[in-house]
Amino acid sequence: MWKFIHKFASPKYFYNISGKILPPLGWVTLALFIVGLVGALFLSPPDYQQGESVRILYIHVPAAMLSMSCYVAMAITAAIGLIWRIKLADIVAWAIAPIGMTMTIIALITGSVWGKPMWGTYWVWDARLTSELILLFLYLGFIALQTAIEDTRSAARASAILALVGLVNIPIIKYSVNWWNTLHQPATISKMGKPSIDASMLWPLLIMIAAYMCYFAWITLKRSRCELIYRERNSSWVKKMVKEAS
Amino acid sequence: MTPRRKRMILVGILLTGMAITAVLLISAFKQNLLYFYTPTQIANGEASIDKGIRIGGLVKDGSLQRKEGTLEINFLVTDEVNEFPVTYSGILPDLFREGQGIVARGKINSQGVFVADEILAKHDENYMPPEAQDALDAAKTLK
Repeated sequence: MWKFIHKFASPKYFYNISGKILPPLGWVTLALFIVGLVGALFLSPPDYQQGESVRILYIHVPAAMLSMSCYVAMAITAAIGLIWRIKLADIVAWAIAPIGMTMTIIALITGSVWGKPMWGTYWVWDARLTSELILLFLYLGFIALQTAIEDTRSAARASAILALVGLVNIPIIKYSVNWWNTLHQPATISKMGKPSIDASMLWPLLIMIAAYMCYFAWITLKRSRCELIYRERNSSWVKKMVKEAS
Repeated sequence: MTPRRKRMILVGILLTGMAITAVLLISAFKQNLLYFYTPTQIANGEASIDKGIRIGGLVKDGSLQRKEGTLEINFLVTDEVNEFPVTYSGILPDLFREGQGIVARGKINSQGVFVADEILAKHDENYMPPEAQDALDAAKTLK
């Protein structure tokens, strides 16, 4: 087990194995997006109350979910980098940050566009919306801190601590709708008891969530590879590889 | 103690500290983070009367009255235990109807009526096609 992890954390091994995973993963992502979007935009029915506007759900919910899971993934990899001093973990955390930030922006914008026709307002300062906005600032802070410090190792260390401190915001976002009276409605999919979304609308949503997750994995691997090869540009294996390629 | 061990403990302390801070903050701000008050909370005197507040609940079935020739509407907001009269004059969101969850912002006047200057619709976490709702309504009338 430990041997495997150490092997995986070696830059050269990671570079090779991720190169093999990327193409099939990319195709799976594309296929899921096509099926999910056709299901969401054409096959699923309009909502009994919201009509066609409900289709924003299929973009908004997966983005909002990913904005939180990206943050958890980023904080965990940053913590691994901080404790075990694994270079690859720092790189992955760095790779995830802009992806999570993009997901947060998508969730905020689609939510706002959805809010106008349904709630009657683009934005309210309720607990769910405010905590999601704080998440955006946490991502921004993480990226800013990384780029502000010249030395990559101390940059990784400082931003890892920021990521861990910000982790506290994740349960607040998740449970804000249960703890406080908010304008945002409570969770639909994870609700216990009777299902509160019809099966004809649930399947496109689940496929869209899977598509977002595969996309996240794909783009994270891709970004990590680029950053890895850049940071390792002076190592012998990269030099050898470049020589062989040219 | 190895340096790695030390860092692990440090991260652990950091996380526990943050968690405790968060729990304390959240419990301290519990009231202030409420986006709206329910009619029951207002009846129990939990909301301040003279300050602008928000009231949330369902528009009571059969309580909606429109004043002819104006935009003014009067209705009762209910949380199924208590209800509160609301008056409003302005544009309503599409989802506004009897039985719908709403959040109104405004003040309680001297007659004990909530004068709203903004009404937002709150939709629930249920999603279904219109036919499913028709079937549910049909089942309800049969009962």
